[in-house]
Amino acid sequence: MTSGPTIFALSSGAPPAGVGVIRVSGPQARAALQALAGRLPPPRRASLAKLRDGAGGLLDEALVLWFPGPNTATGEDLAEFHCHGGRAVIAAVESALAKLPDTRRAEPGEFTRRAFANGRIDLAEAEGLGDLLAAETELQRAAALANLGGALSRQVESWRAQVLGFSAEVEGVLDFSDEEDSADLPECFTWNIAALADEIGTWLARPRAERLGEGFRVVLAGPPNAGKSTLFNALVEKEAAITSPIAGTTRDVIERSVALAGVPFTFVDTAGLRVAGSETDADPIEAIGIDRARTELARADLVLWLGPEGEGPDGAWEIAAQADRADFIAKPTARFTLSAATGDGIDALRAALMAAARDVLPKPGEATLNARQHARLAEAGASLAAARTLHDPLLVAEELRRARVAFDRLIGRATTEDMLDTLFGRFCIGK
Amino acid sequence: MGARTALISFDLDAIGAMSCNPAIGGLGKGHLVREVDALDGVLGRAADAGAIHYRMLNRSKGSAVWGPRVQADRVRFKAAVQQIIRAQSGLTLIQGEAAALVLEGGRVVGLELADGTILSAPRVILCTGTFLGGVLFRGEERFEGGRIGENAAKRLAHQLRGADLPMARLKTGTPPRLDGRTINWAVLETQPSDGEGWTMSPLTRARANPEVFCAITRTTQAGHDAIRANLHRSPLFSGAIAAAGPRYCPSIEDKIHRFGDREGHQVFLEPEGLDTHMVYPNGISTSLPVDVQATVVRTMPGCERAEIVQPGYAVEYDHIDPRALTPDLQVRAIPGLYCAGQINGTTGYEEAAAQGLVAGLEAAAAALGVQGPQLDRGNSYIAVMVDDLTLQGVSEPYRMLTARAEYRLRLRANNAATRLTGLGIAAGCIGEERRAWWDRREALREMFHVKHSQRVHARELADLGLPVRRDHGEKSLSEWLRFDGITPAALAPWLSEVTALDPVLAEEMAEDAAYAPYLARQDAELRDLRASEALSLAHDFPYGEVPGLSNEMVERLTKAAPGTLAAAGRVSGVTPAALSALLVHARRLANGQRAA
Ligand SMILES: Cc1cc2nc3c(=O)[nH]c(=O)nc-3n(C[C@H](O)[C@H](O)[C@H](O)COP(=O)(O)OP(=O)(O)OC[C@H]3O[C@@H](n4cnc5c(N)ncnc54)[C@H](O)[C@@H]3O)c2cc1C
Ligand SMILES: Nc1nc2c(ncn2[C@@H]2O[C@H](COP(=O)(O)OP(=O)(O)OP(=O)(O)O)[C@@H](O)[C@H]2O)c(=O)[nH]1
Ligand SMILES: [Mg+2]
Repeated sequence: MTSGPTIFALSSGAPPAGVGVIRVSGPQARAALQALAGRLPPPRRASLAKLRDGAGGLLDEALVLWFPGPNTATGEDLAEFHCHGGRAVIAAVESALAKLPDTRRAEPGEFTRRAFANGRIDLAEAEGLGDLLAAETELQRAAALANLGGALSRQVESWRAQVLGFSAEVEGVLDFSDEEDSADLPECFTWNIAALADEIGTWLARPRAERLGEGFRVVLAGPPNAGKSTLFNALVEKEAAITSPIAGTTRDVIERSVALAGVPFTFVDTAGLRVAGSETDADPIEAIGIDRARTELARADLVLWLGPEGEGPDGAWEIAAQADRADFIAKPTARFTLSAATGDGIDALRAALMAAARDVLPKPGEATLNARQHARLAEAGASLAAARTLHDPLLVAEELRRARVAFDRLIGRATTEDMLDTLFGRFCIGK
Repeated sequence: MGARTALISFDLDAIGAMSCNPAIGGLGKGHLVREVDALDGVLGRAADAGAIHYRMLNRSKGSAVWGPRVQADRVRFKAAVQQIIRAQSGLTLIQGEAAALVLEGGRVVGLELADGTILSAPRVILCTGTFLGGVLFRGEERFEGGRIGENAAKRLAHQLRGADLPMARLKTGTPPRLDGRTINWAVLETQPSDGEGWTMSPLTRARANPEVFCAITRTTQAGHDAIRANLHRSPLFSGAIAAAGPRYCPSIEDKIHRFGDREGHQVFLEPEGLDTHMVYPNGISTSLPVDVQATVVRTMPGCERAEIVQPGYAVEYDHIDPRALTPDLQVRAIPGLYCAGQINGTTGYEEAAAQGLVAGLEAAAAALGVQGPQLDRGNSYIAVMVDDLTLQGVSEPYRMLTARAEYRLRLRANNAATRLTGLGIAAGCIGEERRAWWDRREALREMFHVKHSQRVHARELADLGLPVRRDHGEKSLSEWLRFDGITPAALAPWLSEVTALDPVLAEEMAEDAAYAPYLARQDAELRDLRASEALSLAHDFPYGEVPGLSNEMVERLTKAAPGTLAAAGRVSGVTPAALSALLVHARRLANGQRAA
């Protein structure tokens, strides 16, 4: 069993909350239960206990659970205290735990590292956990949870098993063809490979995990003084950008990431684009800002165009801003008419943005691929695509083997660089 | 290599006797023959000396799975083996029974013969074949021995069993031999020798013997009925033989039992030699009683009046669990002792020869304090086999298959010399004759490279009627060889001159060019593999302490004692999660030791 200090952490949401679950993992978990609850409850069954500190003072009345290793989430002995979720109670229980010998508060991700080091989860699942730790929005968390739950690993194992079946068919032709049993490959062989290649293709086409981190990128653009910065501030709900009646106030790109109802967004405010010919009015710094604004337009998932109708980039949403002003000029085809100053129309815009983002970002609970996983799966997909077009069974066999190697690397079956990188880079294991 | 060596056998004149079908090579096995030959082993040259029928199996598929196979004349093959070993300098031949290993402090220091003679040696290789505890079965009859008419090595078997080595039993069998004069060849479809010029060894200048044909017949329903009616008399089914036999060449009673619905099974009638009438019916290995064997044979077309000269039989024998061996085929528990051949749970002459070579080279290298050739899964079938054996063990007699080699495209039967002879030279095991051949060939290779890098425009190829678009630009000949429909023959205008100098090398280099993209990708894979081979695991690594390993996995890993983390990954049943746990644990141990 992996030794090392025993660790604990609050594993439920931040206090105050209804219940606070404190997990303890490591060789001292048993001792921790005995010390705080006064006894070791029967394994894997919740029982009620009075928790006391070293001096005998009552801390809380809580549900306690005892999971002896190694068949636990971390692979170590594990204890759980389900306390009342007030800040004071939790702080008290935690400080009682910290006073026990060889027991300390867990570092971020430490439970995961132990689970991985103890052979409880594979590479793809561990990456899910890593993502979970880094998750800032509800969508990210759901996606990470799906990977952690082994959805991706299970999928890959099932593909791998299919490819192994194809390999067996080809190898039969290659190694036993001079014996009577083996015939040529059946007609459906190529179709089956094609079907699998297509299935993998749809996975590859799905939004990537990084999309969740980057969020849905919305760029506000239009001429100076169109009210971009003001709308930007309204959307990010912060005075992030300076606004003023002076044309050319925003000179650089300002970006803010926010979650709207759990959906990650990055809003980008840009320097006002001066109409052609008048760019000479702009000072050199502003000109650079305008250049950057153009670059941003190209990177955007969506552009909110606050300028004259029809002059924005293709696919941009026409926004008629500053609707409260007396000199407001309506845009007949505007998708949204709004005022950042009064807040009119902002909610409708927000709702539409969320709907648009949900279409492009991974679905909640769907396993997602990060860049590394995507690259491996793309290799497997490319090998299968090649296998379906080749006629020489020897080369078909080679492509199928390559596909299996890619799957193995994806989930860490092969002891390749991938695994070493993940282990020693991302999780700082074994140091 | 210059080691002083003694070869001990019951009957020196029987060295080179083939227990079964006098055929050498085949799918996967042909690769082994060529590799043994590339390291200057005996098998390829002896096979050529005895060959009376040649066939390149799988000719219609990619060259990496071609399987050169010859049928040899038993007498000529054995004569060639005898001549080669008697001419070998530094080798003393001793007739006698190896009765016991002489041990000192747990190490082997020599060998005791049955007549009491003690031979001292720091390295001893056991290659006792089926002779350890061998029992022959034929219907209700039982005999002791490793081959019909020969002794079993009982004392040695007893000592090994006593030494607490993991031993198990396997079985194999052989068909009855027929008198060719009693076969009606006229009604049978025949298969001629291929009439091409290739040989097993490049040192063989030309095919030596007249080539004969084989014939093809089939088992019939009547024969199957006779087998079914007598299944209870076969030791395989009566329960007398419990050991597992080879799945890849099962006995005829097994085939009927398992695939009874088939109308008939193909049987090749293969002449055993030029001066004998013995015919080997390939495909009906059996341990049924003699009377049933005769009935079955006579239900096959063309064999209605065939006479059995020697009945078939099955043999059950002891073998060592090869996981008890290190990758140099040394017994982990008894330093100095090596095992090679069928004793390690393999079947086949080629598998035996390849292991004999590895054990011999490694034992000699160890005795002389030098390093043996660096064989690995990326450069030889030999290493694939040794790695499989020592990591996975065997549950049935192990036979080579091309599917076992993951880097098959680079491990071709026809490039064995390129892959291995250089390593052999470095290890000091290549004789003068092959050395001279090699030097000549390497010089030629340079010329080929120059020719292959010539640049030719697509127009010129199109003018010759080759299937390329005229606007495809200019490429080197080796690049053109990657295109579908462009063969070395098609490029004759540029290559014919050098091809004529060495057609075999020409073919090999053309294949390298054609496979180049695949080989390049494998290079990357191999670099990665060799990197993870760098993480070594001690042979007594405490698998039991690694969390997350199931008991079954702990047992397998403990038995296999993989030398590196990469090898551990190849042990079957090790899951990705377990492998990462192993890696972490190994690192911790290593760091802990460094810190201590
Ligand atoms: C019945 C039968 C059928 C087979 N059929 C086929 C087939 O069709 N195709 C095929 O490829 N392979 C076949 N094989 C397998 C093949 O013969 C063996 O795998 C191969 O010969 C093994 O080689 P070896 O060097 O390990 O042992 P062997 O060839 O068995 O040689 C062992 C040698 O050691 C000697 N010896 C043993 N013990 C002692 C001792 N204590 N003292 C002194 N000398 C000793 C024996 O006399 C013998 O010469 C068959 C084997 C048998 C027995
Ligand atoms: N009444 C009213 N005034 C607004 C509204 N939006 C912006 N303004 C004002 O218009 C002026 C310009 O607004 P900004 O948001 O700075 O305009 P901008 O498009 O960012 O301008 P540049 O950064 O110069 O390109 C400021 O004085 C804002 O207070 C609105 O909805 N209603
Ligand atoms: Mg602004």
